[in-house]
Amino acid sequence: MTEQPVTVDYWSMLFVFVLATFIGLGVIRRVSRLLYTPLMSLTNAISAIAVVGSIAVTGAEYPRAIRVLGAIALFASMTNIVSGFLITDRMLKMFKKQ
Amino acid sequence: MTYAVAQAAAILATALFIFALYWMNDPKTARHAVVAGVTGMLVAVLATWFQPEIVHHAWIVLAIVAGFVVGVPLSLVPLTAVPQRTALSHAFGGLAAGLVGTAEYVLGLTEHPAQLTAFRTGAIVAEVILGFLTFTGSLMAAGKLQEVKWIPQRPVTYPGQNVVNIGVLALAVALGALVVMHPTASWSGQAFYGIVGLAVLFGVLLIIPIGGADMPTVISILNSYAGLSAVAMGFVLNNKLLVTAGALDGSSGLILSIIMCRAMNRSFTNVLFGAFGTVQKVAISGEQKAWKQETVEGAAQLLEQANLVVVIPGYGMAVAQAQHKVRELYDQLTKRGITVKFAIHPVAGRMPGHMNVLLAEANIPYTALVEMEEINPDMPQCDVALVIGANDVVNPAARYAKGSPIYGMPIIDADKAKTVLAIKRSKNPGFAGIDNELYVQDNTWMLFGDAKAVIGDLVKQLAGGTGLH
Repeated sequence: MTEQPVTVDYWSMLFVFVLATFIGLGVIRRVSRLLYTPLMSLTNAISAIAVVGSIAVTGAEYPRAIRVLGAIALFASMTNIVSGFLITDRMLKMFKKQ
Repeated sequence: MTYAVAQAAAILATALFIFALYWMNDPKTARHAVVAGVTGMLVAVLATWFQPEIVHHAWIVLAIVAGFVVGVPLSLVPLTAVPQRTALSHAFGGLAAGLVGTAEYVLGLTEHPAQLTAFRTGAIVAEVILGFLTFTGSLMAAGKLQEVKWIPQRPVTYPGQNVVNIGVLALAVALGALVVMHPTASWSGQAFYGIVGLAVLFGVLLIIPIGGADMPTVISILNSYAGLSAVAMGFVLNNKLLVTAGALDGSSGLILSIIMCRAMNRSFTNVLFGAFGTVQKVAISGEQKAWKQETVEGAAQLLEQANLVVVIPGYGMAVAQAQHKVRELYDQLTKRGITVKFAIHPVAGRMPGHMNVLLAEANIPYTALVEMEEINPDMPQCDVALVIGANDVVNPAARYAKGSPIYGMPIIDADKAKTVLAIKRSKNPGFAGIDNELYVQDNTWMLFGDAKAVIGDLVKQLAGGTGLH
């Protein structure tokens, strides 16, 4: 991923960031107040998308020390994905069954 | 081709994440949210894994397995421990961002100096500062919530605290600016590790003055930081999916923080730099009235004769794990035709929505849970307001006591009910260290003891007395 010369289109990245933030604000504002705790564990799991960066660092042809950092990051993100989604589902089940 | 696959996967995953959040607007559709989230994540992971640059697979498999081994037990904690689990997961999120940022910088420094452009180095610095301060800050918050012995629960303050805190952050940012200007100088590596160290330190210092009552706000702010650190990682790696998912998380944390701040009538800066509850001691005006204690029998009788009972739960209910006994009480009362509602203050408990989850766990229908703004107009018609381990959120001093730390905070108008029954663990003042005059009102009766035990006794009393009806 970083092997290609970095020609990041910063403006389009910023553009994406701003639009995604507005979508986020719009959608989150409508979330039921009952569900704020599961919302937080769900967004936790979603922000563990850092897993993508961690895989790139762990699996590429990089020096060992770099890949160790990547593997720890991957472990941390994976923990968040697994526990985040599972506990969200566990909580939502309690609201659903009524 | 692989580029197209990666981009398509990013678009699909982003759409699924947005749908996931959208479905959270109603408890009926909320479980689709998890399916959408998991699918989006799976798409993202697979699309990344099958990129041609990924050549080493063993460590990836190992780290993923380790993630499952730790993640599954973490998802099975009792629901009363959800706040500390949430804080811990913010810490993991911050750690991942900080480590990937460090890896990218070291890689640039040692192998590809051309990649350390000003923008990219700036994004790395932002990622590392946000990541590591979220890491240690959230660990501290989790420790406080778990009541780990060597982390003080009460806010710790010292003279010049804010100067020290802001100074540490400013130093980290200044070093960051130097590294951005000279990314590959002979000293840049040391300066970079200096930034890491300062961010780690700042996270700890930031949480030291925070008390339990501020935790809902602080957890929300840390949630936002964890999202923003993922956004910064997206800028570093030129990955739009990281940016969109991080932005969704960041905006969620931001909205929750704003709601929590409003519910306490405080600003962000006041929460982070105000050290709740230790700043000023309020002088108690007028003569001290004494509280009146009620027996379980008397309290049960009051409840039986009511038409409308409003239960106001607080952190004390969570500590005592009393939610299941509350459900039994709810059954006993509704069986008699009494209307029972639960008044939920936005900052009751230790994280947003804490009370709702505990009551849902005990199978109390969510239609009986009413928000503060909706219940307050009904409070004068309420026969019994039953306060279970809540304190600051029902303290009438918030309405007029200008010097009080809770002045201006919206409260549940328990004092306007015809009768107030308050269950309280001890006779000490609440978390903020403020006396609560609700407890000494003429129509208030106290029940001292552990919430679970007291409510259990009430249930027994009511169950024994059903024959009379």
